[in-house]
Parts: sequence; C-alpha cells; structure tokens
Amino acid sequence: MTVQEFSARKPDPALGGIIKLAILAVGGQGGGVLTGWIEAVARASGYAAQATSVAGVSQRTGATVYYVEMAPLPPHGTSPVFSLQPAAGDVDIMITAEMMEAGRAIIRGFVTPDRTTLITSTHRALAVSEKMVPGDGIADSAEVLAAAEIAARRVIAADFDTLAVRNGSVISASLLGALAASQTLPFPREAFECAIRAGGKGLEASLRAFAAGFDAATAPALTARVAPAKHAATVQGPAKLMAEWQRLAARVAAMPAPVAELALPGLQKVVGFQSLAYGAEYLARLDAILAQDDPAQNHALSREAAKYIANAMAYDDIIRVADLKTRATRSARIRAEMGAKDGNLLQLTEFFHPRAQEIVGLFPARLGARVESDPKWMARLTRWFDKGRRLRSNSLPSFLALYLIGGLRFWRPRTLRHAQEMAHLDRWLATALSYRATNYPLATEVIRCRRLVKGYSDTHSRGLSKFDRVLAAIARIAPRDDAADWARRLREAALKDEEGKALDGAIRTIESFA
Amino acid sequence: MAERSFKAEVQDLRLGQGETFTGEGILAITKALLENGVGYVGGYQGAPISHLMDVLADAEDLLTELGVRYEANANEAAAAAMLAASVHYPIRGAVTFKGSVGVNVASDALANLASSGVNGGALIIVGEDYGEGSSIMQERSHAFAMKSQFWLLDPRPNLPSITKAVKDGFELSEASNTPVMLMVRIRSCHVTGSFQTRDNQRPKLTVREALSNPQSDFARVVLPPMSFAHEQDKIKHRWPAAERFITDNRLNEIFGPADAPLGIVLQGGMYNGVIRALQRLGLADLYGNTQVPLYVLNVTYPLVSDEFHRFCEGKKHVLVVEEGQPEFIEQQLSTFLYRKGSSVMLHGKDVFPMAGEYTGQVMLDSLTAFLKQAAPEMLPALVRAPNEERPQIPDLSKTVPIRPPGFCTGCPERPIFAAMKLVQQETGKLQITADIGCHLFGSLPPFEVGGATMGYGLGPAANAAFDGGGERRPISIIGDGGFWHNGLSSSFTNMAFNKSDSVAVIVDNYYSAATGGQDIMSSRADNPTKATKHPISKALRGIGIDWVREVDRTYDVARMRDVLREALTTDTPGPKVIVASSECMLNKQRREKPLQAKAIKEGRRVEAPRFGVDEDICTGDHACIRLSGCPSLSLKKLDDPLRDDPVASIDQSCVGCGNCGEVADAAVLCPSFYRADVVHNPSKWETRLAAWQGRIMGWLQARRDAKRLTFGVSA
Repeated sequence: MTVQEFSARKPDPALGGIIKLAILAVGGQGGGVLTGWIEAVARASGYAAQATSVAGVSQRTGATVYYVEMAPLPPHGTSPVFSLQPAAGDVDIMITAEMMEAGRAIIRGFVTPDRTTLITSTHRALAVSEKMVPGDGIADSAEVLAAAEIAARRVIAADFDTLAVRNGSVISASLLGALAASQTLPFPREAFECAIRAGGKGLEASLRAFAAGFDAATAPALTARVAPAKHAATVQGPAKLMAEWQRLAARVAAMPAPVAELALPGLQKVVGFQSLAYGAEYLARLDAILAQDDPAQNHALSREAAKYIANAMAYDDIIRVADLKTRATRSARIRAEMGAKDGNLLQLTEFFHPRAQEIVGLFPARLGARVESDPKWMARLTRWFDKGRRLRSNSLPSFLALYLIGGLRFWRPRTLRHAQEMAHLDRWLATALSYRATNYPLATEVIRCRRLVKGYSDTHSRGLSKFDRVLAAIARIAPRDDAADWARRLREAALKDEEGKALDGAIRTIESFA
Repeated sequence: MAERSFKAEVQDLRLGQGETFTGEGILAITKALLENGVGYVGGYQGAPISHLMDVLADAEDLLTELGVRYEANANEAAAAAMLAASVHYPIRGAVTFKGSVGVNVASDALANLASSGVNGGALIIVGEDYGEGSSIMQERSHAFAMKSQFWLLDPRPNLPSITKAVKDGFELSEASNTPVMLMVRIRSCHVTGSFQTRDNQRPKLTVREALSNPQSDFARVVLPPMSFAHEQDKIKHRWPAAERFITDNRLNEIFGPADAPLGIVLQGGMYNGVIRALQRLGLADLYGNTQVPLYVLNVTYPLVSDEFHRFCEGKKHVLVVEEGQPEFIEQQLSTFLYRKGSSVMLHGKDVFPMAGEYTGQVMLDSLTAFLKQAAPEMLPALVRAPNEERPQIPDLSKTVPIRPPGFCTGCPERPIFAAMKLVQQETGKLQITADIGCHLFGSLPPFEVGGATMGYGLGPAANAAFDGGGERRPISIIGDGGFWHNGLSSSFTNMAFNKSDSVAVIVDNYYSAATGGQDIMSSRADNPTKATKHPISKALRGIGIDWVREVDRTYDVARMRDVLREALTTDTPGPKVIVASSECMLNKQRREKPLQAKAIKEGRRVEAPRFGVDEDICTGDHACIRLSGCPSLSLKKLDDPLRDDPVASIDQSCVGCGNCGEVADAAVLCPSFYRADVVHNPSKWETRLAAWQGRIMGWLQARRDAKRLTFGVSA
C-alpha cells in the first residue's frame, strides 16, 4: 500500500462519549477519596471507568493530580482504551481543591475554553513561599479567578473548604456535591450520594457537606461571595470618659474625609493602648502634619500619618500584651475558635520569653538608660529573667500576674521604653517633614516606612535596623526627582526576606548612581 | 503499623475462578502472584509499590494457608538475594521494590542471580518511579536488564495485561532459566480497573519442603571457570530460549492493519498514551482499533529481531515510542535494520524529546510530527493547517507559587530543623548532608537545611570527606528507615571505623514513616511476626559509638538546639550521634483521632490541645513561619485599615504538637501564641474550681473595664 491510499478518515463518533476529569489537590485534602467516589458513581451507573494518580511523596502537602476517564460500557465484551494522564487541551472537567491549584491547572493547559468546566474552591492554602515573606507575599486570587473566566468554558467557584468544615467534613465531599450539581456527568444526584453512603466512614457529615457543595454550585451567586457584614465600631465606658471621647471623635470628624477615615481607628487604637489624654496627644501630632498638608494632594501625607503615628504610638510592650491577654472578650473568642462546648473547660497556656531589654524597658527612663548601658547589670538581668515562661492564664495566680502587669498603664509614660519610642517617633516624623517642602511624595513614602518596624525582641531589632538603613538610603537619593519611587522600592525590598538580601541589592543599586 | 489497613484488600486476594477483581494495578499484581503458585515473596517498600508490601503484610494468614513465605526484607539487596532460592529449587519467587533506586541497591545480587541462572521462576517487580510524581533522579531501570541479561517486561497498563505479565514472566523465566523483571510505571501501579480472577495456587514445592531436601550444584556458583560458562550459556542457550518463548507465546502484540506504509513500535507501557494521541488525530476508535499498525513490546528486553523485521515488512517509516533516555530500544532496532541492509526509515528521538515523560501533549505533538513526515494525508485537515483563533489566556506562571511536598501538620521532624536553623544562626552556615526520607524536605524553604543526598542510608557516608574535622563539624541527617536499610553498615560503621569527627542526627519516627509506616527493627509496636523494639542507640553502642544523645521528644526545640550545640562543640573524639525520636504525626493521628472521639463520647476526660494566635499581638512579621512551614500555621488578612501585613493564624487542622510555642520560646519570637486545651468531660471538682476562678477574673475584668473605654466591633 502506498501512502497516498492511506488518507485521513472521520474520527470515531463514540470517542465523544469519553468524559475526562482531572483533580488537582493539595496532599491531605482527600483527592484520593474524591476520585474513588467519582469512579464508583460511574461504575454503578453502567459506565466503564479508569482512575490513576501519582500520589508519591506529594501526599505530604504537595500538589497532586488525579485523573479519571469514563465512557458508556459497550454491550459486547471489549473495553474502551483510556489514557492514564490528563493532556493539555483535552480535559472536560477540571476540579481544583484550592485557588492557586486552579491557576496551576490553567498553566498546565488543562482548562480550555472549548470544553472545560472548572470547578474550583476559592479558598487558599498558602504555600510556604507565600507565608515566609516578612511582608505580604500572598498571591492574588482575583488574578487567577479572572484568568479562569477566560480559560474555562464554565467556572463554578465557591469556598468549598469552608462549606465542608462547617459541616464537619472535608473538601472532597463538598466538591463532589459541586460536581453533581454541575451536571457535567450524566448521573443523577442520588447516584453520587449512594457512592458516599457505600463508603461508610463519617457518612452523615459527608452527606451534609455534599449537599452544601451542591447548593453552592447551583446558586453560586448567592453563596460564593457573601460580603462580610459591615462592622461598626462600638465604644463603651463610663459617662465622663465617653464625653471626652465624643469631643476627640468630633475633632477627627472635622478633618478632611480621607484623613478622618484612618484617624478614627487610629484614635481608638491609641486611646485603647493608653488613655484619652494620649489620644489627644495623637491628634495634636496629626494636626501638626495636617497644617502642613496640601489639599491638592488629597491629604495623602496626613492620611498615611494618621495610620502610622497610631501604630507607632501603640507600640508592642509587655504591658499591652498582658492587658490584651487578660481581657474579658478573649476567653469567649478563644472558646468559639476552638469549638469548645458548654460542658468543656478551657485551659490556656501562654508562651513568654522576656529578655533583659524588656525588663529594663519598664524602668524609669533615666535609671533604665543607665542600667541598659551597663553590661554587668544587663548580664545580671538576663540571668534573672531571660528564660521561657509558660503561664497558665486560666489559673488565678498566672492571671493575676498578667492582670497586674496589664494594669501598669499609669506607669508607662515614665518608662525607658516609652521615652525611646517617642524619640524614635519624633525623629521619624521630623525626617519625613523635612522632605515635605521639596518632595511631597517622598515625605509620604518616608511616613509609610514605619511599616518596617514590627515584632518583638530580635524581630523588632531587625525591623528597626532595616528602617534605619532604608531611611539612610533615602537620604542619599532625596534630591532626585524619582526619590519617592526609590523609597517605595527600598521599603518593598526590605519586606521581601528576613536577612535583607533584597534590601542589600536595592541599596547597592542606589549606591551605584547616588 | 502501616499507614492504612489493607484488611479489605486482603479479601480481594481470596477471589476464585471466574470472579472479578476491581481495584488498583499494584493489588492486581499481588493477586496474580498467588494465582501463579508463587512460593515466596519479599521486597522493600517505596512508592509506587509500597501497597504491594503492605497488602502482603496484612495477608499473612492467607499466605500461611497457601504455604507462601513472606519476607519484609531489610533492603532491596536483601530482597534480590532472596531469589537465590529459585537458583536450585523449582520454586517461583517474587520480590518487589522501586526503580531505579531500588534496582541500584539490588544490582549486586541481581547480577549474581542472572549469572547463576534460575530453575524456578524468579520475578522482580519494579515500580518505575519516573516522570510526574517521582521523588528520585530520572533514570531507567532498563539498563540493568541489559547489563546483566535478565528479561524486562513492560506490559500494557491495564489490569488484564499486567496480571497476564505476571504469569508470562514466571513462565518466561523458567523457559529461559533467567530472572525476569516486570516493570510497572507509577500510573500503572495506581491505575484502577478489573480483571477475571483464577483460584490461588499452592506452590508445587514450598520453601519448607525444599529445606527438607537441600540441593547444591557448584556449576551454578559464580566462580571461575563456571562464571565464563555462565556468560556463554546466557548467549547461546538462555537468550535464544527466551526469544523462542516470546515469539511462540506472542508476548509482544501487533494491532492495526497488516498492510500499511508506516508503523509504530512502542513499549507496552506507552500503549494507552499512543492510542489516545491516535484517537485525537482520528486514527483510532474508542476501543483502540487503530489505522496505524502497532508493534507493542510487552517484552522490552530482549528485542526479537525476526519479529521486528516481520513487522517492518512493506513499511517505509517506523516510529519508536520509548520513554526516557538513553534510547536503548531505538539503538538496538537501528542496529537490526542496519545489519539487514533495510531501507526502513526509523524515527524516534528525532520527533520525541530525548528527556522527560511522554505526556499527552508530547505524545500528540510527536506523533503529529512523525505523521507529517511519514504520511501527511492521514492527518486531519485541522492539524495540517491550523487556523483556529485561540483566546489569549493570561500568564499565571509568575502568580502561582510552587508547592513542593513538605512536613505534615505536627510533623516531629519540623522542630529538629527549627533547632538546626537556630543553631546555624549562632554558628553560621554548616556543612550538612541528608539521606532519603521525609527529612529531605528540610532542605526546602523555610529551613533550607542540607545540600546533598547520595542515597538511602548514605547520609553520614556522604560527609565522609569531612570526617577529619575542621573549624566547625559537619552534620549529617538520616532517618530510622535509612539507618536500618543500609545506614548502620555503610554510614555508621564507616564513621566509627574512620574515627569521624562529625555529627549525625538520626530522625526516628517509630517506623518507616515516609513509605507508609512499615515496621523496622526499632519500631515501638508489637509485631507478632517481626522483631521490633530494638533501640538504635543499642546498635550504635554495639559498633563502638559511645557519644550518643537521645532526645525522646523532638518538639522540645530548646533541648534539641542545646544537644546539637553540644555535639558541635564537645571535646569527645569520634562520631557524635543524636537520636531524635517522636512518632510520625500523620500515622499517630490516624490511629488516635478515632480513639479520642470514642473516649469523648463515652464520657471520659480528654484534653484536646490546639494552638492559637492572638491577632492583636501578632505583628505580621512571620518569623514563626520561617521556623515552621506547618500547613496549619497560615496567614490571615485582618479587617483593620491600620494593618498592612497579614497576621499568623492557626486553622482547625492544628494537632497541638507544640512546635509553635517551643519555637516562640526558643527563638524568643513573640508572645502571640497560646495553647488551648479543650477539656472534654471535666471532673466536677475541676469545673467548680474553674467557675470560682472565672468569677474572680470576671470581677477583676469588669472592674478595669469600668474605668476605661473599650472598643469593640458589632456586626
């Protein structure tokens, strides 16, 4: 036979009967169970089905793919030949058990506009690379969802994880519900439920999660994006204090809207941290900046100042931590989070590790400064105090200890730590305002650099040193027109990694031209 | 104590004549072994064949009934050596392990076995860990078959074909006095399907019976001059016998039209992928009826030249579909054609990529490329001149983070690596090698501890060049699985004998955790048929290593760090070994969660620990995460306009292992973590005390709140 006699023919129409379904999950999400259910539904409904997986080490929290093919069982003895792996552009139903896995499925070409129904959970299981960034390294779900709308023929998206957890089950059950609701498989809802029933373990919870997934997929508009109810802040306290609070709040209300929007939570934060007088101090600082601000710039400088002055004034010290740990609302909040029922008791263990620095921070400013500069005294304090302390805060003695420390607020303004924080605050604001006249955006960026200072102990020191280095680098390039842009880049670099490698790189770049 | 119980699967092993087995490929193989009268089975666990070992371990009753000996071998070399029973005795034996790494370990025994030749059928079932999902270097087990001349089966990936290959393998082995390797890929091991079962067969001769009538024949011993005779025997007798058996029994299959100008030669394992590509090109139907002739090599070694030439008759172009590299089959087939002076154009790695898995897309693209050259008329018009407008899908490759495997929630290895990271903050970066096992995840972020792995049981041996010591000692890490697999001899006697001035950390999870929880020598569990509860430290002392520190709760990060520091700084000469023991949390939870739920239901007092984060106290620096990476420790964006960075948050999957609190303490991080123990069914006295304390606290709290403003949020 020659090649010429051998020409293309029409594809087998029966091939259209193959349904190709892939599942992309994170190890531990029950992808194997989901695959098993789908296979069981298909077989029980008179289909030939084949499933494969490549679990391997990926079942330890890695990304894992499962694949199922099915086709109507032929009447005669032959059986269909199925593929063992999904192919790009050839997947009918793609189920992804996490939002970034949907993105991965799109990248791998398993989601195509001509054929793929994408069923995805919108929740996030953050990857280590997202979580370990000192700043905000979380990938953008909206970007993936937008891409999904283009890539898929149809998208069914909801937080199937929360739906499952709420019903005491795991995501595999709610996703099966969504699959049943999608009507992409020619099997009725009952067939899917039968498959769950045949499994046995955790049956009722699985069926509830299945139903929740089914409903969410049927009316995604209703459940997919439940906008959180707008929270209104409430203030409570004795009448005298309330009257003073109203006066301060009125001052905030009189500020330009963009500033007031952040100044009110800012005021709450500092008043909650210390006192109403401290709140007045906050407003005074803010007023000083407002006076120099430029309405044409939409008060950007004051808006940022409202936010970061509040953060700087409500610094993290032992007194604040002890106060927060002994508030009445806390134990109720924890009980709810832990799902404790009425008859249950709650035991709480707190992990403290004070260092000599924190202890000296509580000393009166002058004495504290002297002790801090004396290595012998610091070594002594380290010996006495520097060790891990686990406090059972649900027991009276530990609670009392924390309660007393939390009550040291009256003492706070006299402490060394307070003096240090205020000095730092003043230096930072002065630096920012020194750029105000020549470069308004730069002044705003310097205000924003306060974001770098956070955490406790070593983390706090590291933050301070990054803050100092960024401000020093900004000073070098301040005369440039694009200084504000560089300041932003420096700050973002400082938030990229712990050791400051990205910041080193950015500073080297600046040194190359400054 | 295996990760899963396989008691249900064991029932499937009892299916009889004419019944239908439905399940995974690897279980089907297990059933097929019993149907073919196997006399002894063994192996070493590892993906993707772990389930075979687990099912056999759970099926000891059935095996005893049938007179089959099951051995959980110490490693792959031991498993392969066990096949020596088939050298003299007409007993069928089968062993299993993963390829190519398991075959590496087994290769000494396999080479001796292949030289001696076998009398009873000897089957080596290899789970080829290649392509997506693989956890090892990308190599082919094929080369081992070529170098030692044993035969290699690569059946089509469906249950009837795979189980038939077990039968064929034993028969081929006996017909040619040669061991046979049955290779199954990851997906074939896990593929589901059905096949008709037959009754299980007792072995014709059991190993017990053989022991009553010992045999030996010095002609089988690999010593000169017999070894030279073995080589000649392989080529002159065993090989031709194998070729005859393969041809006579049609182990290789031919599909499609007899008369065509082109054809495809493929490994059996590639069959479904090739058919799918042909289906997509309109050249095959749902049932695999193909318009392109296929020569399916269910036996990929040896290749039978006559059979190949018959297939090539009348064809101008022949394509070889052979996954992985080097392209051994294509090279051999080229030689066949060249020696015959054939004009057939042989294609293979010219249209296929040399390296990497043959995915659906690769298969489609490469077959299309082949057909474009060999028979363009066959291709549908669309493929010949694609003019479809495809919508631009946004590029997400920069958005979507990679998600490599890592330590599970509550893993006892996490605090070990947290401690190592803390030690390195004091000492500077250290020279660290690792072994095989879950601990290798420690080399990934956030820990990035360990820079090399040289194989199972070889972690400390991989540091041998540094045994002489230096300014700072090197550290090696090895798991308990690796220790008993090969580590005791290759790594620790090597350290002891050479008076190594280095530190080794043995991560002991109470059993072989990474491969699914199989028991090993140091397992804490009672095992009726295996010797367990042999402490690793005792073995170390036995070989003269005296500086041994045992940490029996790895979650104690500070102690872990202190012991490491001590090992790095002590003046004691010789090896410094730390045995860090805590049970694998994945298995522990699987066992204990149901028990705990039962206890709560029955009204017994239960403390359920879980960690939490006070989000007002967390500042969002994520230092804790850089010492953890736990899946349950994640981030949460707060609904607070004053906060920029997401704060740490612990979800309900937390098992309360304690790492968060320990790390916060040892690394002096922050006071935002708390442990909450929910006490179920507390005693009356306890409840009364708590209520009394609660009243006092409530009074104090109310007193303070009466003197200040409190800010809250209401919905």
